[in-house]
Amino acid sequence: MTDLDEYGRRARAWLDAHARDLPREADLQTARAFMAELYDAGYSGITWPAEYGGQGLSAAEERVFQEAARDATMPVGPFGIGLGMCGPTLLSIGTEEQKRRYVRPLLRGEEIWCQLFSEPGAGSDVASLQTRAVRDGDAWVVNGQKVWTSVGRQADFGLLIARTDPDVPKHRGITMFIVDMHDPGVTVRPLRDMTGQSHFNEIFFDDVRIAPDQVVGEVNGGWAAAVTTLLHERVSIGMGATRTERPTSFAAMSEAARSRGLLEDAAVRDQLVDLYVRERALDLFNARLSQEVRAGIQPGARGSVAKLLLAELLMNGADVASEILGPDAVAYEDGEGVVARALSFAPGMALGGGTNEIMRNIIGDRVLGLPREPQVDRTVPFRDLKVGTQVKEAGA
Amino acid sequence: MKLILDAEQKELAESVREFLAGTAPMARVREIAESGEPYDGRVWERMAGELGLAGLAVPEEYGGSGAGHAEVAVVLEQLGAALTPSPYFASAVLAANVLLLSGDEEAAKTYLPGIAAGTLVATFAVPAGPGPVARGEVLDGSVPHVLNGADAGLILVAADGAGGRGLYAVEPGAPGLTRTPLTTLDLTRPEARLEFAGTPARRIGPADAGEAIARTLDLAAVALAAEQLGGLRRCLDTIVEYAKLRVQFGRFVGSFQGVKHKLADMHCTLEQAESVVRYAAWAADESPGELPVAAALAQSYLGRAYFQVAKDHLLLHGGIGFTWEHDAHLYYKRAKGSQLLLGSPRSHRADLAERLGLLA
Ligand SMILES: Cc1cc2nc3c(=O)[nH]c(=O)nc-3n(C[C@H](O)[C@H](O)[C@H](O)COP(=O)(O)OP(=O)(O)OC[C@H]3O[C@@H](n4cnc5c(N)ncnc54)[C@H](O)[C@@H]3O)c2cc1C
Repeated sequence: MTDLDEYGRRARAWLDAHARDLPREADLQTARAFMAELYDAGYSGITWPAEYGGQGLSAAEERVFQEAARDATMPVGPFGIGLGMCGPTLLSIGTEEQKRRYVRPLLRGEEIWCQLFSEPGAGSDVASLQTRAVRDGDAWVVNGQKVWTSVGRQADFGLLIARTDPDVPKHRGITMFIVDMHDPGVTVRPLRDMTGQSHFNEIFFDDVRIAPDQVVGEVNGGWAAAVTTLLHERVSIGMGATRTERPTSFAAMSEAARSRGLLEDAAVRDQLVDLYVRERALDLFNARLSQEVRAGIQPGARGSVAKLLLAELLMNGADVASEILGPDAVAYEDGEGVVARALSFAPGMALGGGTNEIMRNIIGDRVLGLPREPQVDRTVPFRDLKVGTQVKEAGA
Repeated sequence: MKLILDAEQKELAESVREFLAGTAPMARVREIAESGEPYDGRVWERMAGELGLAGLAVPEEYGGSGAGHAEVAVVLEQLGAALTPSPYFASAVLAANVLLLSGDEEAAKTYLPGIAAGTLVATFAVPAGPGPVARGEVLDGSVPHVLNGADAGLILVAADGAGGRGLYAVEPGAPGLTRTPLTTLDLTRPEARLEFAGTPARRIGPADAGEAIARTLDLAAVALAAEQLGGLRRCLDTIVEYAKLRVQFGRFVGSFQGVKHKLADMHCTLEQAESVVRYAAWAADESPGELPVAAALAQSYLGRAYFQVAKDHLLLHGGIGFTWEHDAHLYYKRAKGSQLLLGSPRSHRADLAERLGLLA
């Protein structure tokens, strides 16, 4: 048995003992307690540097743990953005003090992080953001609004991008900050999403003062910082694919079809087979990416492939499921609406973290190296640009 | 599970690729295809002899080099990318595997060394429906589609006898054998219809060789998927290059989202296709229990995927893609031919449904 096999065996034993009967959507206190246990057992921040609280192990151990954790339910949802995006960004471009101050509590679930990028006028085109940060003596003063911020309500800190120079083209006047979500100038309002729940929020900043040592990366170098975060985001969503519980998985759906006597129907079998093929093909792609990472090949923009395919798989799964359940998919007694929930959830994956169109742009530009679209806004100072939703001018 | 190639496999791929680029470039492929020759004898001789590719998965005791199905997949990927007309699939994959799996030591000793050396080109005639009937060692009936059926020097046939479906060897000059070459959509892959009328044949292996035949077909499904992957990748590479060169409306066509997004989807297809093929090839060598599902998965995925990509590759070339001189139609036709070579996509999906236990 190799050391890695042994590592996997211990991880599975730990998960069996600790991650068995926890609901994925546990209350925050339970989730935090679990995260602390996970950290103390050595399974949070497996590849993160030991001097900042990580385990200092290799991608190989990380993969082995993830494989072991595939079928475990772990209430780690509230920490996903910190672990997947904010933490890795701090490690890549944060200052020594920032890493020492923030990384360990993030890994232990003591402090929750959110990502404050999107604005009402700046989603796909996040670089057109209008939230302003102005230097005032010993601080940056922030005013503006963010929207669709996942876990904003639970978060203690956020990675914020704000405009610090409107006189240069839009990508060049942005700065990234660490913002304390408990600051009195920060107002968080839950937004109900189409599932009927409030997973994301809108956030208002009124004269929020941020100390200069909370700048992440360079002043006016925030676009590069944001790109770092987004790269981590796609890999983490895509690679997490196989860990997501899927109420509309092939396994669940073939069981549902069997119990309803629908397997006799060749058309149903064919749809199920199609679902199996898509699911398996994506699982195998994720597994291959993992093996590449282990072999030292970084996935880079190919994370977008996994993210796009996952979004499509979820939509397809929901379609197949509704064929199998028929009217029961959309009208049901309490607690039986797995398919309705899947139908409600599916579009979220095709929007959050970048829409399917944006993923295709990224794959085209960065994986295939295709020529970019003409960019009309690269050289114009931000203050002269049209952004967000514009009313069409008469005669235009 | 091993889903990425190791250094040796990469080297093998590279040497086959270089060899094919040097000896069987597209111009030569076209010459052969239009000549009516089944394949380029000199290329085949060197592939089998110098490079030892035909005997790659044949055990050393029968004159091969005893490598695995994963290595065969590596070779087929290159052959599929280059569209090389060769009897590799018929002889080194179908015939060699069924001989080995039949467990007939004597037949293996008789035929495999020639197959491994490339001096004997064999094929395996597998009827999709009811096959020829065997009375003792005499065959009657026909098989409508046989790869390299007109030129093979040894024909292995699956025929129904008293004890079940057995495997029989027929010599090319056997009395009562008629071989009718078919006109094929894919000019690079010859097929023939074989008829047996009181044709003497030698039985190989047990009276019921059903299991060996089924396994051979699974291995063939995996090998074909690898070949399809090679073609798919070549189509995508080619059209991406073209989209970076072709200008319309003052822009490279690859900068239009209608084009870019299609190419991005094709890339996603490639990523999944490669993963599925590596998995199936791994299962063929290392996990026989998983092979039936993996093989049906591979054909269910690759058949559609390659044709879709080959079709979009042709369309995105615009009018030039529809001209005889352009290579796009060769890939399009190969993709369609491959999609139906071992049965329709529907039949692979039906197999998969059964193997996943959806029928039970
Ligand atoms: C579940 C969920 C969670 C989220 N969590 C967060 C979070 O935690 N933090 C955060 O900052 N944001 C978050 N978001 C916001 C998300 O990133 C944006 O909604 C997303 O990037 C799309 O932006 P938009 O809504 O402004 O749409 P728009 O950009 O206005 O897009 C409208 C339509 O135009 C298309 N489009 C736009 N630009 C192009 C282009 N160049 N080419 C082709 N088509 C284009 C889009 O694909 C879309 O179909 C979340 C969103 C969701 C749904």
